[in-house]
Amino acid sequence: MFTFHGGIHPYDGKDISKDRPIVDYSPKGDMVYPLSQHIGAPCECVVEVGEKVLVGQLIAKDTGFVSSPIYSSVSGVVKAIEPRRIITGDHVKAIVIENDNEYKSVKFTPHPDYSKLSREEIVSLIQKAGVVGMGGAGFPTHVKVSPKEPDKIEYVIANCAECEPYLTSDYRIMIEQPQKLVEGLRIELSLFNNARGILAVEDNKPDCIAKLRELTKDDEKISVIPLKTKYPQGSERHLIFATTKRAINSSMLPSDAGCIVNNVDTICSIYSAVVEGKPLLHRIVTVTGDCIKTPQNFRVPIGTNYHELVDEAGGFIKNPEKIVSGGPMMGFAIFDLDVPATKTSSALLCLSKDQISSASETACINCGRCVEVCPGRVIPSKLADFAQNGDREQFEKYNGMECCECGCCSYICPAKRYLTQSIKSMRRMILADRKKGGKK
Amino acid sequence: MSENTEKKEAKKLLKVSSNPHVRDGMNTRSIMLAVVIALMPATIFGIINFGYHAFLVVATAVGFSVLAEFVMCKILKKPVSISDCSAIVTGLLLGLNLPPMFPLWMTAVGACFAIVVVKMLFGGLGQNFMNPALGARCFLVISFAKYMTNFNCDAYTGATPLAVLKSGGAVNIYDMVIGRTAGTIGETSMIAIVLGACFLIALGIIDLRIPGMYILSFVIFILIFGKRGFDFNFVCAHLAGGGLMLGAFFMATDYVTRPITKKGQYVYGILLGILTGIFRIFGASAEGVSYAIILGNLLVPLIEKITLPKAFGKGGENS
Repeated sequence: MFTFHGGIHPYDGKDISKDRPIVDYSPKGDMVYPLSQHIGAPCECVVEVGEKVLVGQLIAKDTGFVSSPIYSSVSGVVKAIEPRRIITGDHVKAIVIENDNEYKSVKFTPHPDYSKLSREEIVSLIQKAGVVGMGGAGFPTHVKVSPKEPDKIEYVIANCAECEPYLTSDYRIMIEQPQKLVEGLRIELSLFNNARGILAVEDNKPDCIAKLRELTKDDEKISVIPLKTKYPQGSERHLIFATTKRAINSSMLPSDAGCIVNNVDTICSIYSAVVEGKPLLHRIVTVTGDCIKTPQNFRVPIGTNYHELVDEAGGFIKNPEKIVSGGPMMGFAIFDLDVPATKTSSALLCLSKDQISSASETACINCGRCVEVCPGRVIPSKLADFAQNGDREQFEKYNGMECCECGCCSYICPAKRYLTQSIKSMRRMILADRKKGGKK
Repeated sequence: MSENTEKKEAKKLLKVSSNPHVRDGMNTRSIMLAVVIALMPATIFGIINFGYHAFLVVATAVGFSVLAEFVMCKILKKPVSISDCSAIVTGLLLGLNLPPMFPLWMTAVGACFAIVVVKMLFGGLGQNFMNPALGARCFLVISFAKYMTNFNCDAYTGATPLAVLKSGGAVNIYDMVIGRTAGTIGETSMIAIVLGACFLIALGIIDLRIPGMYILSFVIFILIFGKRGFDFNFVCAHLAGGGLMLGAFFMATDYVTRPITKKGQYVYGILLGILTGIFRIFGASAEGVSYAIILGNLLVPLIEKITLPKAFGKGGENS
């Protein structure tokens, strides 16, 4: 079986939205485009207040190699350029566009036969389209597909695990547009001379596995690998281990193991960027949770206000206590719905009960469950102690930096300790200090 | 814009916290209650086997453990923690480790020692370096040696099977497996203890790492040093007799006082097996499980130190 050691089996909640086909949503209200929707340098605004924009028009340009441009997903008038709240709760400079609901578009240049394009041309198309890792990290994709030694890349892995509970956006893409995914993977493969393609799917989606196998049965370069259904199977490092048995630690890159990993929606965006010549304008968002009347999967223009998505899904049937942008394990809790969907918003999860605030932390009984489930193979209970005591030296000695912040330890802890949370804070402090030290 | 923002801030905001946002249903109390349930077969068998006074001993041990914890929490001005049920487990284990006719006031003293000295003074649940029930048992053995080694009761008179074995006598294995022998209240029935242990294993509350290694290494030890060669009866008597089963499944597996690392648990199990073997074969007394586990408890920090796991991507991905 293709898997890794550790991991958990939380309630997956996928049944409530998995059979709902993707619906195109056309936003009505103002669109908000934060200037930083990716890892790397924030964008620079290239439009002015009052300026008319079209669908697909560049509104903010990238400011370096590790950066990614932003395009307007509607037509209308730039209303304001001001700080707006984003999912993390921060205020970030954003472009606000008043939607005229006409969806007048710029002309896109398709490249139906991408085999005629050179490697550099393809990478440049991906870069110009503003494609980033849409699984949540938001790392610019053109950087990912430009490793130092492209010939050493042996595997291009499509991360179709979708191990986060409740999320069904990748599942719907695999059911509805598997050919787009496979073509996108082929485009990526064309960038590397020695690479094979892997579609890694959790075995709770047998229908996807069958469809993808059917589509790739004549392609010797692509194989479909069923993974054991377990969280966090879709974690980049653990996915590489599950499919290739190569293990990388936190200071290595996937390319060090000869691998490149991209998520489903990202690969489809690569396809759109190259074949259709379209920049990244939409993404699939699962609107779900026990508070939503009709949980659904939407194809959402980036910049759409979360309020509109909730309304479109029939509104609330129960008062939500907690709303999470993303999945319940790795997502961000938002304190107000008035934030825009960005390139990395995979889901909007509305829960009537907050399981975190309803239980208080008690004493650690040393049960070892966190050690059993930790995919990083560290000792979360001890790391959390070190973090709470501010003991940096011991924290690093006990491999605290190898934590991938997946949340398994906090999930399983019978004492309801805030393990992931404590470890995460300490890691942030150490990473920030290292960055400072590096610049000196 | 500012007016707009203020209006928004005024409305009810949702709860936020750092990820993850979901949790497993298991909590400390449910684990402790499962252990209590798992100890029920041994407890009920012991009470039926030894009679009414055995029940009083167990009830006193549990009652005074809970009471002692309650009083200590009040004195130390800490939130009262008896609802986590860990004091019940301690009291029950202590009761099962006492002879059936043990005086009740001594039982109460033992329970208070377990909770007050071994557990609460070291910081309460999770902080004790030694199993409280076993700590109290050893305290009682030292303080009231005569009563702690007197296993005479209405049902049985004479020595425990292990003592008989030590002096070269013959024992009935069948009776030992069922539990119809002299001994402490909860240790005699191998069947009842293993039944409870299976329940805990099925629930995933304990695993076989420590008990398995403990029993295996103990068997190997007595095969080599027992001076009986491969004597099946002798090995079985040692497994079924004394506190080995109760100790291996219920006390060596005590979360707080065993190593948290996987490798450390193997080391710990082997260590307990060897120590028990040494105490039983070469020691003055017939029994050695409690001392072996207590000594093992003290070595846990060292064991953990030398068995630090390797992280994923640094050699630990395959274990």
